[in-house]
Amino acid sequence: MEEIILRTEDLQAHYILDVYGKSKVVKAVNHVDLAIRKNEIYGIAGESGCGKSTLLKTLVAAVDPPLRIVGGKVFYRMPTGEVDVATLGAEEKRRLRLEYIAYVPQGSMSVLNPVTKIKETYQDFIESHLGAHMKQDAFDLARNHIIELGLPPKILDAYPHQLSGGMRQRVTIALATLLGPTIIVGDEPTTALDVVVQRGVVQLLKNVQSNLQNTIVLVTHDMGVHVNAADRIGIMYAGKIVEEATTEKIFGQPEHPYTQYLINSLPKFGDKTPRESVPGSPPSLAELPPGCPFHPRCPLVKDICKETMPGFTQIDRDHKVACWLVGEGDHGKAA
Amino acid sequence: MEKLLEVEQLTKVFTLGSAISRDRITAVDDISFHIGAGEIFALAGESGCGKSTTARIIMGFEQPTSGVIIHSGKRETKNEKVWFSEGIQAVFQDPFSTFNPLRPVERYFFDTVYNYKLAKGRQHAIDYIDEKLRLVGLTYDDLSGRYPSEFSGGQLQRISIARALLTNPQLLIADEPVSMVDASLRMSIVNLFKKLRDELGVSVLYITHDLATAYYVCDRIAIMFRGDIVEMGTVEQVLMTPQHPYTQLLRASIPEADTAHRWEGEIRLTDTEQDEYLRTGCRFAGRCPRVMDICRGTPPPDYNVDGAHVSCHLYDGYPLMPAAHVALNMQ
Repeated sequence: MEEIILRTEDLQAHYILDVYGKSKVVKAVNHVDLAIRKNEIYGIAGESGCGKSTLLKTLVAAVDPPLRIVGGKVFYRMPTGEVDVATLGAEEKRRLRLEYIAYVPQGSMSVLNPVTKIKETYQDFIESHLGAHMKQDAFDLARNHIIELGLPPKILDAYPHQLSGGMRQRVTIALATLLGPTIIVGDEPTTALDVVVQRGVVQLLKNVQSNLQNTIVLVTHDMGVHVNAADRIGIMYAGKIVEEATTEKIFGQPEHPYTQYLINSLPKFGDKTPRESVPGSPPSLAELPPGCPFHPRCPLVKDICKETMPGFTQIDRDHKVACWLVGEGDHGKAA
Repeated sequence: MEKLLEVEQLTKVFTLGSAISRDRITAVDDISFHIGAGEIFALAGESGCGKSTTARIIMGFEQPTSGVIIHSGKRETKNEKVWFSEGIQAVFQDPFSTFNPLRPVERYFFDTVYNYKLAKGRQHAIDYIDEKLRLVGLTYDDLSGRYPSEFSGGQLQRISIARALLTNPQLLIADEPVSMVDASLRMSIVNLFKKLRDELGVSVLYITHDLATAYYVCDRIAIMFRGDIVEMGTVEQVLMTPQHPYTQLLRASIPEADTAHRWEGEIRLTDTEQDEYLRTGCRFAGRCPRVMDICRGTPPPDYNVDGAHVSCHLYDGYPLMPAAHVALNMQ
């Protein structure tokens, strides 16, 4: 069994909102059990509004109201043993970010300070984590790191707006990997980039992963990126993981009807047979249907689907599905 | 096939900077293409390749620096742009910013109906709107009294297509119509374009960076790079057997949702876009794996490679494509 580096246990994170005196609960992460292994790229796929980004927030312990963890736990595997994130103090969490777990966000333009040069952003990071007060030391460290990743060192003297979108995204990846974190979490890091640039960014992420021998959690809705980057994929629907398997199995033998739709609706070169979207639209996370949340859209719906959420069924090593069509589910729970 | 829209030798130059230090960016550089009746034509390329500028010129939002646009044999002039709005309608990228969030969606439909005098009286207008909404799988009752925030992105995009259909256009200009829509719902929009072409004979100018949906839905495609059309032909020719090194790179970089087709090898990215625009000769020369000396100095002509237009010096010896200048003599 591979070593588990990041684990969640029956995690539930809800946005608790107060709308005109009525409280509204958005169940963005709804009973999620993840076990992410050392030295792998774990992909999380799903439609917008399925809770992927909220799940990532809970993983990096960036939980601020109205988002609250209402149940379950997140564990980090530290050299000293497993740590429950909820027990960490604010200062400890701040220190762990970048050193243990780093976050690559989507909008690289809104991450980099527009009025300072890239090197000053680097300097901030280095000073706050390494206490390197010597400006020259910090600059050398940043410069060496940038050269190592194959980016031109002259970008350190540029302002963010002088760089293209792809270059800015690579700068944020370089920032996130500066301190060699054990886990890198990427929230749609390639979305809104051109295909050629996207390929360059995924290439950089994979190179970083193989150099540092660390773990990447990659969230994107682009199944094509998952094929090229991920080792294992979790399919998320309405706040739950509904299927998890290796990339080959997810694309080769998808078992959940939602996964099947997701993969079969994608157009392929050399094949013009008509393809259909998933019927209907995703449910609101504030008003989830009872039972399996996919049942109103599922073409193979059964009576039990409308009442009870199935648990995970382990259909193969490294392949589990939460669907009544596959089995009742006895390994772990999704409900 | 009858030519519905012809674009001939279109050029658009933007000037940047102040009067003292002026940079000229040729966003669209002498491109020509046509769209046939009942045809879905894709204009594809990465951001900054000039595809949206071309669309904006066709829609009359920008003045071309030179070149002409002919719609059903009529030539667009500076003062006479009104004709385009009835025959050509547009669908934009972001369905959430297409509609004013404070305005019920149906008001857009009534505005269009009354502005173009498409119906007399409210009941007739409602029937007319309902008929068009049914084409996209919705009804007037779905829309009535509701605001844009009550719809999903995919629904709003279908609503905006229905609105465009009100004037019975011959051509829809769709600028990245699916890039803001979830991957799982994209096919419902793309299938809609197919249905409109097959059932109503509507032509579509499909502007996209997504070559997989372009292959699925389009008849012909033009690949643009830094203002030039580098390759143009049927989707089978251009996307299955790409000839231009840029098309080959683009095609190989698309992440396919298929474990049998993964990326192979590493690629190099450019540092700045501007250098490529200002390049004399072939603009792809800086990144081309098969670059020759001639590429750096002379812009390549348009060769006819088995029926496809390919603008690349590698195909020296193939017949040249006849230059388009029909329209220029038409004044």
